Amino acid sequence: MHIYANPLKFLSIARPLTPWLALGGLLLAILGGYAGLELTPPDYLQGETVRILYVHVPAAWLGMGGWLALAIAGIVQLVWRHPLAGIAARAIALPGMVFCALCLVTGSIWGRPTWGTWWEWDGRMTSMLVLLFLYLGFIAIANAGEERGSVSKVAAIYAIVGAINLPIINRSVVWWNSLHQGPSITLSGSTIDSAILWPLWLTLGGFSLLFGAIVLMRMRAIIADIRSEARLKRLAAR
Amino acid sequence: MTTQTKPRLKPKHQRLVLALIAIVAIIGAGLLAASALRDEAAYFVTPSDIAAKPPEPGVAIRLGGMVEKGSIVRSPDGLGLAFVVTDGKATTRVAFRGIVPDLFREESGMVADGSLNAEGTFVATRILAKHDERYMPPQLGTMPIDRDNMVGTTVEPKR
Repeated sequence: MHIYANPLKFLSIARPLTPWLALGGLLLAILGGYAGLELTPPDYLQGETVRILYVHVPAAWLGMGGWLALAIAGIVQLVWRHPLAGIAARAIALPGMVFCALCLVTGSIWGRPTWGTWWEWDGRMTSMLVLLFLYLGFIAIANAGEERGSVSKVAAIYAIVGAINLPIINRSVVWWNSLHQGPSITLSGSTIDSAILWPLWLTLGGFSLLFGAIVLMRMRAIIADIRSEARLKRLAAR
Repeated sequence: MTTQTKPRLKPKHQRLVLALIAIVAIIGAGLLAASALRDEAAYFVTPSDIAAKPPEPGVAIRLGGMVEKGSIVRSPDGLGLAFVVTDGKATTRVAFRGIVPDLFREESGMVADGSLNAEGTFVATRILAKHDERYMPPQLGTMPIDRDNMVGTTVEPKR
């Protein structure tokens, strides 16, 4: 059973790390949420609806970051045959999809009062919706495979190919005329005033830590599943 | 990561090279597709596009740009609206009857569905407000803004 050597080592790190990530993430998200609702001024044009930013931006970041992690896991699985890669991919897909959906929903709620529409087929919204469908496809392919604690080669390749959508989402507002505004936060600075911006870093960090905690918990659950099944098989063979 | 595949170093490298080639091919394909879509996937056309290649009157198009300062004229019954849309290089006159979003205002971005009439005026059937990437508290909102930069980042496609 040498294949479990790595997951065991992984568990000894993941077990103590999970509560730290979860509590730290919860604390930052609550602080950021409170600051975003109570301490920041409204926007000069959007008024109070600007506050949805503190959920929308972290959700977009994690929806896209989740797929990047899926693609990296796919490469690690195909090239290095690492046993944790497939487990990580299974664990990441669902929370990634949830954050992607959260991004679309919060964007829609913000779009109605700001733009005057719930949904438009512009480059940014369409490519983000494609990402949601990619997640659905990945989960379907991963569940269709025979592998229990991993994902099939097809799923890993699918994750790598699907990553091409990430630069398209990122550049969609630059390449094409779009209803969605251009990037506010770039390497050269931010066009969001610092009085409005600062709680965003708290929610970004908080949601990211929570995402990490959820992924670790799901990975541990998958590993526990595999191990209990292997134990049952050994008992049955006796 | 490589602890257990030591005896199979060679096939591992082979897979790495294959994966890298595949990734380069995927990126190439994606960029080709994106550049082919460049004009097709545009959400709206700009006044410059209309000036360069005027569409047939009556054909449905979507126009985007900044509402020119001081150009909004309301009809006496309060429902009609006429204004000029600019992208810094060309302008298009727009006529509309209906309700506009709260964020629709002069010197701000907008997107309109409609078509050109015989006189070259864009008759809009629906108007959306386009928000730009600047967020600030109300007391800063009255500060002078960088006009050139704003037009460049919100309306002009960066090509």
